[in-house]
Amino acid sequence: MAITKVVMPKLSEAMESGKIIKWIKKEGERVQSGDILAEVETDKADVEMEAFGGGVLRKILVSAGDKAAVGSLIAVIADESEDINSVVGQAGGGAPAQTAAAPSAAKPAVADRPAAAPPQPKSEDHAARTPAPSRGPEAPTSPRVAEVVAQQPAATMAPARPSADGGRVKASPLARKIAAQSGVDLKLIQGSGPGGRIVRRDVEAAQSAPAAAATGPALRPAAQPTVTGPEFEDVPLTAMRSAIAKRMPLSKAPVPHFYVTSEVAMDRAWVLREELNALDGQPKVSVNDLIIRACALTLLQHPGVNASFQGDSIRVFHRVHMGIAVALEEGLITPVLRDAHAKSLAQIAVEARDLAERARQRKLRAQELSGATFSISNLGMFDVRDFSAIINPPEGAILAVGAVRRVPVVTEDGLGVGRRMAMTISCDHRVMDGAMGARYLQDVKKLLEEPLRLLV
Amino acid sequence: MAVMTYREALNQALREEMRRDPDVFVMGEEVGLYEGAYKVTQGLLKEFGPKRIVDTPIAESGFTGVGIGAAMVGLRPVVEMMTFNFALLALDQIVNSAAKLNYMSGGQFNVPIVIRGPGGPAHQLAAQHSQSMEVYFYHVPGLKVVRPSTPMDAKGLLKSAIRDDNPVIFIESETLYNVKGEVPEDPDFLIPLGEAVVRREGTDVTVIAYMGMMYRAMEAAEELAKDGISVEIVDPRTLQPMDKDTIIGSVRKTHRAVVVEAGAGFAGMGSEIAAEITEDAFDDLDAPVERVTGAQAPMPYARNLERAKTPTKEKIMDAVRKVCYANGGR
Repeated sequence: MAITKVVMPKLSEAMESGKIIKWIKKEGERVQSGDILAEVETDKADVEMEAFGGGVLRKILVSAGDKAAVGSLIAVIADESEDINSVVGQAGGGAPAQTAAAPSAAKPAVADRPAAAPPQPKSEDHAARTPAPSRGPEAPTSPRVAEVVAQQPAATMAPARPSADGGRVKASPLARKIAAQSGVDLKLIQGSGPGGRIVRRDVEAAQSAPAAAATGPALRPAAQPTVTGPEFEDVPLTAMRSAIAKRMPLSKAPVPHFYVTSEVAMDRAWVLREELNALDGQPKVSVNDLIIRACALTLLQHPGVNASFQGDSIRVFHRVHMGIAVALEEGLITPVLRDAHAKSLAQIAVEARDLAERARQRKLRAQELSGATFSISNLGMFDVRDFSAIINPPEGAILAVGAVRRVPVVTEDGLGVGRRMAMTISCDHRVMDGAMGARYLQDVKKLLEEPLRLLV
Repeated sequence: MAVMTYREALNQALREEMRRDPDVFVMGEEVGLYEGAYKVTQGLLKEFGPKRIVDTPIAESGFTGVGIGAAMVGLRPVVEMMTFNFALLALDQIVNSAAKLNYMSGGQFNVPIVIRGPGGPAHQLAAQHSQSMEVYFYHVPGLKVVRPSTPMDAKGLLKSAIRDDNPVIFIESETLYNVKGEVPEDPDFLIPLGEAVVRREGTDVTVIAYMGMMYRAMEAAEELAKDGISVEIVDPRTLQPMDKDTIIGSVRKTHRAVVVEAGAGFAGMGSEIAAEITEDAFDDLDAPVERVTGAQAPMPYARNLERAKTPTKEKIMDAVRKVCYANGGR
């Protein structure tokens, strides 16, 4: 048998379902392993989905615009001669496309989508209806396709764990131990071992893939209800909104946050930035770039803040991967600027801008969305004075930055005008204590107040 | 250090121990005039005379019993089995006398005997002469069982076995007698019984193997390294007592284990080591312990069938890939 079941791939730790944006291949079209089948919208990015087996795309079970649960069958690839009725039949009953949307969001799409579950044509009918390319010598033979199926990484293709086994999670003892120590929920992981067994690499992948990040209030302005209109409407959750909704309580509830706020005199940093930006041929530097550089350099001196709670140990990172929260229309996302401690201000400026732009276009690669050791959330552009952010686990801290404001300040001569910026660090009390957070903040402040240090 | 063959290392061990201790003597079929079926006792008759190098009739049960009696009254016999398959004829003497007399006499008698000779599959020795005989002995309380894989181990372990006050089953291999390696010439060089050795360090998987299988595992490790799989190889050297600490320590590091043995798998050394690992390192395992063993069948004579029955480099590589969840396994 050489039937390749195409299932909704799990493309991030938090992903539970994905939406088909469009099918690149049509039913009846011949596909080879590695061909792009469809584009899928996940909570983080739009991703191209590859075929893991060759043959003919015999059946598409989830139409463009519809959602499917991770691991559920969305299409079937097989040779023309294969009988796929049993495979397609199974899909009808189990694994309904589960959406996170409220019931009102369930469109009556099933009715106007008769192709969703028609009786499957017999294979000879099918061959007649959709004249696929003839089977030349290059056409994959059954055993070869079976081999391709066997060799493809299970992580992206293993079906969702069947509920028939009573929901027991199959995991290696080592995977269980690591999960228990790091607080990873095995139920949320797709196993890549035989029979879907969760093995060490799966847990480690989950550990290093924190979901969309943490900050304060939602940015979407509330719609003004008219007096005559309906009293309310239930807006379906976007994939991203659902990921945030699931993820944030996982941080706020188990992670004991404490907050330390400090005010920074930004006068010299402001002047420095203006001077830098007046130079020809240099990338434009933002206040946030100065803060990223200051935070990264200071983390090297305070490794206890660049740390993660691991259950029975604290993982102290020797490199700084800086998560930078980027507000989007429908939520926010935290791309990671890797090795920020080792990069110049100009490099940081270029990379941070690129990450933010691609975040807005939702063109980030998966590896750019995971592995941060510390994050910065800046709401200064909204003229926010100060706020507190929610830590993005497994990170140990996040810095919430307000606007640089012109305020009256007491000088030696009396009263003057200065630029001030408030920043609040949220710390995981399991990892560090108030004084550690305060000392860190003090040194960030010192760097920003003596900003030439950021250039050396 | 001198480079010598496994055979020469054994010969040197016997010679040194016989020079050191006049109570040590050698007994067996054709050990004297013929100088050993595999020439391990070459030159010993000339040096030590017929009183200490004793040719026996073809009567394993008889001369093993004589050896046990000699050991009980204070001598240190080294009894040679022309091949260890012949020890089956002496099984009652070994199991019921050698292994138990210290216990049954309430400690009044020790039985410091070494029974040595080649065993395990070799080259087309067929069903009766290819057996991995260690399984018959390590099950018996009171026996120590040694399987030395290298010339250095052959010498260091045989000397320790001769000096040990308990009966020691010391099984060599026809296929290893000509293997050359560095051997210390210090007459006091000993390798303690019950100490395993890490033959190759690695990070991804622990392969436990001895004798010819150890060499195949080393070849497999070389191949697997090209695929980025780092194999650690542990050679137990002594099967009873077993050095659990070294094996468990390695598995705690690599999180995966493959045990290779030439004999049939059922209730074999692989089963025992797999059980030990499961008991002591369960939470460190990322995959079930895999065994690579001989087939549950008598050894065929035909070369191709002999190969099919015996663990090969390819079978070891497949097992390693399987526990590493790496693709491409057969």
